[in-house]
Amino acid sequence: MIWPAVIVGSLGAYLLKLSGYVIPERVLDNPRLQRLTTILPIALLAALVGVQTFSTGDAVQVDARVAGLAAAIVALALRAPFLVVILVAAATAAVLRGAGLAP
Amino acid sequence: MGIGVATGAYGLSFGAISVASGLDVWQTQFLSLGMFTGASQFALVGILGTGGGALVAVVTALLLGARNSLYALSLRSFVTTPRRPSIVRTMGQAQLTIDESTAMAIRYPEGSPQARHAFWATGIAIYVLWNLGTLIGALGAAALDDPRTLGLDAAVPAGFIALLWPRLRDRSTIALALVSAAVAIALVPVLRPGLPVLSAVLVALVAERFMARRRA
Repeated sequence: MIWPAVIVGSLGAYLLKLSGYVIPERVLDNPRLQRLTTILPIALLAALVGVQTFSTGDAVQVDARVAGLAAAIVALALRAPFLVVILVAAATAAVLRGAGLAP
Repeated sequence: MGIGVATGAYGLSFGAISVASGLDVWQTQFLSLGMFTGASQFALVGILGTGGGALVAVVTALLLGARNSLYALSLRSFVTTPRRPSIVRTMGQAQLTIDESTAMAIRYPEGSPQARHAFWATGIAIYVLWNLGTLIGALGAAALDDPRTLGLDAAVPAGFIALLWPRLRDRSTIALALVSAAVAIALVPVLRPGLPVLSAVLVALVAERFMARRRA
């Protein structure tokens, strides 16, 4: 089911971009919709951080990813660029696992 | 220049994470060519990689991509020429409508040649570098045996927090983020994999009403 997700997702994302140029302006020019469009990415990204850090499929699990996330937050607070944030998180988790300190 | 290096590195992380999540190099590259919007791509591969199911992955990616249609709306007066724009041009313009190209274009006066130039130059440069970065990252990760020992499963949430970070501007956005994460984690044992993330839509709807009332 990966290919259908990749193709439908790409097509949908493109149509969303195109819609902003072709749909009558008053449909999208709605304060409630604009507020939601700002709020929604924050809520979704935060939920993704939570689920991808603290769960495996259908169970809550605390492992080396939590330390990785903490390291990422420190890197972000120090204004590290995107790739550095990712590398710091991955390296932290890998070192903890290598040392047998976390699953 | 700075934005170019950053985009290449960002694309590299996407390519590596996508392959580590179980997509092949072709699928990964297809996303960067076709979907071309970072947060949605990360969400799609992140959810697929944790067994979240294709439908939930697509819905989440599209909800994250919805902001691009508002970018397009505001870019109309900045980038579109007064005479009737050609269909091909509008279609290309749509694909390049992302956070960065919008941010660069709206720094210039509406309808000015500088705004148009900033949009196209930024959009094309990022498209090329993002795809190049993706390819290198994907091929690199495909050459590894076990991404988990390298901590690549910890790289996925790090990617999401890095995308979230610049959006946390005040107390109410931080509160919104914490509540959304907590609700989603709490629903993990109850719902099918992938679905807990969509609880964020309900949290966002409640938060929107709350903010609207406070402003009124």
